Amino acid sequence: MTRRLLTGNAAAALGARLASVDYVPGFPITPQTEILETLGRWIEAGELDARLVMLESEHSMVTAAGAAAATGVRVFTATSSQGLLYAMEMLYTVAGWRAPFVLVNVSRGVAAPITLEPDHQDVMAARDSGFLQIHCATCQEVLDAVLLAYRWAEEGRVRLPVIVNLDGFTLSFTREPVEIPDPDVVARFLPPFDPENVRFRASHPVSRAVAVLGGGPYSYFRYEMHRAAEEALDVWEEASSAWGKLTGREMGLVACHRSEDAEIVFVLLGSFATKARDAVDHLRESGLRVGLVRPRVFRPFPAEALRSALRGKRGVAVIDQNLSMGKGGVLHAELASALYGDRGAPPALVSFVGGLGGRDIRLEEFREMALVTLRAAEEGVTPPPRLLYGAAELHEMRRLQALAHAEREETTR
Amino acid sequence: MSESRFRRMNDLPSTHLLGAGTALCAGCGGLQAVQEIYDVLGGRTVFVNAAGCMSLLSIYPFTPFRGSWLYTAMASAPAGAQGVRDALDLLIAKGRMPPEEDLGVVVLTGDGAAYGMGLSATSAAIDRGLDFLYVCYDNEGYGNTGQQSSAATPHGAATATSTGPHGFAGAKKDLFTLWAANRPVYVATAIGTEPLDLARKVEKARSLRGPRLLLVLAPCPTGWDFDPAEMAEVGRLAVATGVWPLKEWESGRVIHTKVRRPRLPVERYLERQGRFRHLFEPVRDEAALSAMQAQVDAYWKDIA
Repeated sequence: MTRRLLTGNAAAALGARLASVDYVPGFPITPQTEILETLGRWIEAGELDARLVMLESEHSMVTAAGAAAATGVRVFTATSSQGLLYAMEMLYTVAGWRAPFVLVNVSRGVAAPITLEPDHQDVMAARDSGFLQIHCATCQEVLDAVLLAYRWAEEGRVRLPVIVNLDGFTLSFTREPVEIPDPDVVARFLPPFDPENVRFRASHPVSRAVAVLGGGPYSYFRYEMHRAAEEALDVWEEASSAWGKLTGREMGLVACHRSEDAEIVFVLLGSFATKARDAVDHLRESGLRVGLVRPRVFRPFPAEALRSALRGKRGVAVIDQNLSMGKGGVLHAELASALYGDRGAPPALVSFVGGLGGRDIRLEEFREMALVTLRAAEEGVTPPPRLLYGAAELHEMRRLQALAHAEREETTR
Repeated sequence: MSESRFRRMNDLPSTHLLGAGTALCAGCGGLQAVQEIYDVLGGRTVFVNAAGCMSLLSIYPFTPFRGSWLYTAMASAPAGAQGVRDALDLLIAKGRMPPEEDLGVVVLTGDGAAYGMGLSATSAAIDRGLDFLYVCYDNEGYGNTGQQSSAATPHGAATATSTGPHGFAGAKKDLFTLWAANRPVYVATAIGTEPLDLARKVEKARSLRGPRLLLVLAPCPTGWDFDPAEMAEVGRLAVATGVWPLKEWESGRVIHTKVRRPRLPVERYLERQGRFRHLFEPVRDEAALSAMQAQVDAYWKDIA
């Protein structure tokens, strides 16, 4: 085992290398491109026995990834934002093929307006695709998650593709110390891909992804995917515990920080949880009994793990870096459905939307969210979803608008 | 093509590989071609299918294919072929699959995908030199959804979205030339009603490595509005009138594999099809008919 400073992108690429992937269909997009380039260099240098093929779109990239996995090789690919959306038809399709492979999504806001900066709108759009989803908070988790994802995806009870999500910029381009497992440790954890009957061979002709007639067969195959995804909760726990034994880094479905004795708990996904963790420690010093619960696995939704982590709390502040227009944060809605009717569910479940398109969430905002949630618990009235936005940034926005108006008048005069 | 094992009609396979009883329309010219192609290619193939009429060939739990099949989506069948081909190559190279388990990879797509949504994926597969056979059955419209106009629809044809007195205002895209400009290994046009010519081309394509593309006209009783029993005749007239030139492109050269002299008048082909009825009824549209004839004549003018 060695320890190195790695960006999230480099950690993702190294995870794929350690998993001895055979095939990397690629297409560039910011902020993911570094992963593709890194793997390409290793392949060129003969350090990784794999083939990298540049496709002409993410739609084709995911098609090739699924087709190769369905032929029986270990496949890795990566994308981001518009690329994930462009591939969306094929995400649903290859999940239905039950083709196990790993796709790293370096999450980034989606157009319009077009932006390069991070939030979770892209990966939320893949929520119902049949891909399982892991959300990483650190570069170490990115590396570990890629390895766990292969074991997870290829397990016979699961056989579904996996998205490993890491946040653009905050993880993709940030260097953190990462412990790199020795190849023999990886070999003990992750056996070679055994495609079993998932393959095309001359001696064993198969028809895959054929049409069905009527709702009976259709529902059957869709329910089978759902049941496999549900089964994946147990399979994840097994994989996490095996990884923990080998490396000391167990990766439970849900990560908790000072939540056991907390009154108010923040729930959020991804790297901003490290900000929330800092905020928890600061707010604790000022006497607020806050804690943090972060789902690592988002699909399948770890409802029971979340219920048990949140049972008996006074209030929960859910922070979504996504926005379902006309509804609000997606994680909030999902958590509400998991908690509803549970004895001991927190009486206040308050929704906050923030961190969109690269916007930060500051310590004082965490404090305000904790106080709003505490007040909701005390008064028994849940406020409507809050969209985090500060006076300073509104002032700056007004200045930009004034400039835009002035420019327009200048050019139309 | 003198070296072909298919010299006479009698040389064509007498037993057929493709199973019967599929859900396709009676008199489907596309299915006729697929059957003939499959007889030459054989079952050691995987058909990677794009959304279209032929997607109805394999409906759970049935398939007419002896070999394998993978349905993808409308736009990206060539990318599916890329993934399968690369995976098979990797498995052989890494010793994880014996070479005798290898398969020929065949894309099966309609004109709706080939001329439009799938063109980018097709072009990119050629760019990458993908070793595959691409078969487009061209029935000149989005046939599976009721024959709406596509980029393959000929000028003047009535379709479900061109119902006016003059039919489709656009012109059929020259996909053969477009593909050839992309410089694959082999491009050919064909039609199921010329089985010897088709078999020779499939045999040749099969013997080559790299991107090989077949554009097969698929007379379509349902979309073109003629009696299914007349499919073979409509197909023969497409060739005899010069509307559907049979040709191949290899190493920068176009060779016409069947040049009919004299050609029959184009209207002999048009008058058989309901989609061109407005050219004849209630009154003959002389201007449109002579323009269509002139276009075909212009095509053949310089061809030896």
